[in-house]
Amino acid sequence: MVRIIIWTIAVVTVLGLVLALVLYLVAKRFKVEEDPRIDEVEKAMPGANCGGCGFAGCRAFAEAAVKAPNLDSIYCPVGGNDTMAKVAQILGYEVKEKAPMVAVVRCNGTCQARPRINNYDGYASCKVKAALYSGDTGCSYGCLGCGDCVNACQFGALSMDPETGLPVVDQEKCTACGACVKACPKHIIELRPKGPRGMREFVSCVNRDKGPVAKKACANACIGCGICAKTCTKDAIVIEGNVAYIDASKCKLCRECEAVCPTGAIHGVGFPKPLDKDAVKARIKERQLKEKEAKKDE
Amino acid sequence: MIMSKLTISPSPHIHAKDSTRRLMLDVVIALVPAAVCSFVFYGWREVLLMAVSIASCVLLEWAVTKFMLKKPSTIGDFSAVITGMLLAMNLPYTTPLWVVVIGAVVAIGVAKLTFGGIGQNIWNPALVGRVFLLVSFPTYMTTWGAPQGIVDAVSGPTPLGAIQEGLLQGSTVQEIMASNGYSYSQMLFANLGGSAGEVCALALLAGFVYLCIRKVIKPWITLSIFATVALTALVFWEINPERFTDSLFNLLSGGLILGACFMATDYVTSPMSLWGGVIFGVGIGFLTMMIRYFGPYPEGVSFAILIMNSVVPLLNMWFHQKKFGRK
Amino acid sequence: MSKNTFSIGGVHPHDSKLSRGCAIEQLPLAPAVYLQLSQHIGAPAKPIVAVGDKVKVGQPIAEPGGFVSSFIHSSVSGTVKSIAPRPDLAGNPQMCIEIAVEGDEWAEGIDLSDTLVTDIPEDNKAIIEKIRLAGVVGLGGATFPTHVKLSPPPGSKCEMVIINGCECEPYLTSDFRVLLEKGEQVVVGAAILSQVMGNVPCTIAVEVNKPEAIAHIEEIIGRLGFKGISVMPMKMRYPQGSEKQLIDAVMHRQVGSGALPISVGAVVQNVGTALAVYDAVQKNKPLVDNVLSVTGECFPHQANLQVRVGTPIKYIIDYLGGVPEDAVKVISGGPMMGRAIANLDASTLKGTSAVLFLTAKQTLRAPETACIRCGKCAGACPMGLEPFLLYRYAKVNDLEALEQNAAQDCIECGCCLYSCPAHIPLLDNIRQAKAAVLGAIRARAAAAKAAAEAKK
Repeated sequence: MVRIIIWTIAVVTVLGLVLALVLYLVAKRFKVEEDPRIDEVEKAMPGANCGGCGFAGCRAFAEAAVKAPNLDSIYCPVGGNDTMAKVAQILGYEVKEKAPMVAVVRCNGTCQARPRINNYDGYASCKVKAALYSGDTGCSYGCLGCGDCVNACQFGALSMDPETGLPVVDQEKCTACGACVKACPKHIIELRPKGPRGMREFVSCVNRDKGPVAKKACANACIGCGICAKTCTKDAIVIEGNVAYIDASKCKLCRECEAVCPTGAIHGVGFPKPLDKDAVKARIKERQLKEKEAKKDE
Repeated sequence: MIMSKLTISPSPHIHAKDSTRRLMLDVVIALVPAAVCSFVFYGWREVLLMAVSIASCVLLEWAVTKFMLKKPSTIGDFSAVITGMLLAMNLPYTTPLWVVVIGAVVAIGVAKLTFGGIGQNIWNPALVGRVFLLVSFPTYMTTWGAPQGIVDAVSGPTPLGAIQEGLLQGSTVQEIMASNGYSYSQMLFANLGGSAGEVCALALLAGFVYLCIRKVIKPWITLSIFATVALTALVFWEINPERFTDSLFNLLSGGLILGACFMATDYVTSPMSLWGGVIFGVGIGFLTMMIRYFGPYPEGVSFAILIMNSVVPLLNMWFHQKKFGRK
Repeated sequence: MSKNTFSIGGVHPHDSKLSRGCAIEQLPLAPAVYLQLSQHIGAPAKPIVAVGDKVKVGQPIAEPGGFVSSFIHSSVSGTVKSIAPRPDLAGNPQMCIEIAVEGDEWAEGIDLSDTLVTDIPEDNKAIIEKIRLAGVVGLGGATFPTHVKLSPPPGSKCEMVIINGCECEPYLTSDFRVLLEKGEQVVVGAAILSQVMGNVPCTIAVEVNKPEAIAHIEEIIGRLGFKGISVMPMKMRYPQGSEKQLIDAVMHRQVGSGALPISVGAVVQNVGTALAVYDAVQKNKPLVDNVLSVTGECFPHQANLQVRVGTPIKYIIDYLGGVPEDAVKVISGGPMMGRAIANLDASTLKGTSAVLFLTAKQTLRAPETACIRCGKCAGACPMGLEPFLLYRYAKVNDLEALEQNAAQDCIECGCCLYSCPAHIPLLDNIRQAKAAVLGAIRARAAAAKAAAEAKK
């Protein structure tokens, strides 16, 4: 009995040692020579493998970063500036801090504001619906409500609001990877800078129809009237194709455009106090009066 | 002008009357003749067995989908009813009811729902239940009670069981057949012992023909099983008629007809293409015969089908149907 | 019952030819017509009139915008009111020429008499030019410019002209009535096509649910003495009238993936196109009107109307009594491949073949349930594809696997979705996948071309 046990232990031990030796030799013989920095960079990555950087996963990003001469065109939106700083340290490069971005849904055509004019009975996908026809409302540019963006988000940052029929972005979870931007067939979602302390202004409409047509379809539409562009003192607003667009790099968050917009198409997010439209309008009037008088004097 | 809104969808805008429930109902109808035969032979105990089996399967699926998965229940498609019927038809009518319930739990709970519900399971649920019971409760599963029904029938082991026992004791096949008084007509119209599903070959075949006419199943899997069994048995019987039973005996005995017509043709666990199905059938037929002739069990259909179910994903990968305009 | 049919797949919807007994009626002229500039395959046509111009019926108002393109002629006489975008039946803006109707004056040179002209001109090139100038496009649904189809690339040889009179879509009866009431013109048109393609034999394929048409055409062929034309009765099956399937059924040859019918020696034209060819060549009449069926179980006033191109659909429906109360879907075309109309103010196109009304019970989709791997979709697919597989790959966007499983061969006939017992929206997703795969194939070909050029 004891002999059997001794023999078993001996055989298994010897087998283990022999196989370990074989594995060691094979690993050495077939080792792939790789820059060790790739592994180091990969360790610093968030590991989401979301493709937001434009590469096929975090390892591919690491390989590209090691090969690249500098980090100017390489950025990980999920890890953000912290991760890029770590990567820069490993590779000995300089990296500029980029402003954090967030996904913004530029449509406010809620069920109340934008009545349905037909019933869609096909497969519940925005892509299928967009390829089929102009949508179940009078606005052929607006959100189709089937949630392709929600399905595309790997971080659970998007959800459909059942009351409005529109997607909602959770700012904390959004990593600005861009998957929802690609998924939306109407190009409604845009990556915009989060803004200082999370404050930002944007036009929540992409309807390019003429004003009266847009307004008929949706009460919250941008009618391209241009009042916002005229009011803006920083030239941050451009009206093109009957719709306004705010350039985030020029916007100073004065909220004047938001106050003067007749349809409420311009939205301010992240501001600590609600907008006092009357006060802002009064301020604008005063300023415009002063400018007029200044011109008269010349 | 119309007051209500128009409906828009991609084409096509009409649909055939088929639905999953209709297909399953057709299978239930096809099983009814054989079920009725078994009630006639085995009496009220068999009716109770089938009722308990069906009820356990349906109840379990309803409970799991509603309370564990929190999805709308899927019992409306009648697939649980079919599993219940097939499970009951695979068991001796004397099986205790609590054993049947355990079988139902394994069939629906383990073989079907853990894989993701209908359409996702790899192995035939009724057969998994049956094999589980066979391995766990061998005594209950191999005790074939005397029929209590209307028709006078012979009691004792099934023909396959008798053959196996007899061979072990050294008799030849002919001696065993003669001493038990087996005849082919008996096996066809069945007043021989066996599980409920083995009793009436004719009723089962009628159900199979019904399914083929209704275009619920395609016949090639079943026919390929029958052909392989017949051929294999023929070859071995020619070699040694005293050791090996002949083709007709093998075609009519055991659960072959039930298995070939109703279990092997289950949509989810069988191959999608013609050649895949034929090879599937050949595999089942061959394995059945090997287990019957050389294995420790007298009956091999259940194991053969389950083994070939594992091969189905590979068959689906290798065999695709011919595409238009391509070689 | 005929055995002539294609070899793979197919389904058997009820043919529902409710309007087969309705003779063709002329629809009175609408107050205005809207002619879309893009109503054929290829480049949109370019307008050659301006706002304020007076036009006559049959006068060209837009010229081809490229090699594969077509003329568009005014279908009414009156004044050009605008050339502006207008929502089409899907609600998407399309450039249209709006003409306010004044009277019904036809352009010079058009023979409006009923006399049958059976002498076919000998100059094939002149015939094709006449067809081109008349703006004839395929009226079977694809609207491919006919003169391009009749000018195959050098090296290809036509062995047979097939006239498609199958009308396999349920409910549609316009081709049937054309065969019955304008059969002689169709036969002469077929003879013209057969001569132009090299005096090849011509087969007019008609499904067996139209026995009167079969008999009538056979009688005409005998009477007029066209020896090269014959009628082939086809089994009633969908999609019998699909080009590739019809060639398989008639000539027993299968057109390869990505190839054209001429590669197996076939040229297929619809019955309506043959009629338009007759009108263009023998009567100098351009394509300005076509026959469409207005039908559906819930629609009390079934009709087959001859309608001028560009007529607003709402006008047609109101003329026949308005949209029925229990209709939830109005379809342009048949129930299998037609398009659901979102905007009833849209106008008819050259290729519009029917206006179909369906009730909720007939058309609403049942909720989707789990796939039971029954394989009915694969059995129904006329191209021999496996929709259950393509659906799964489409959901995860695996382009390589989709191409390997021939998603690009899909003809979008709808047999898979029609036959799925679990009501899975198969075709909705496969359509997207097919477009993606075709895009990838084109991109690859373009990249290969660029690489080859760079090497030079």
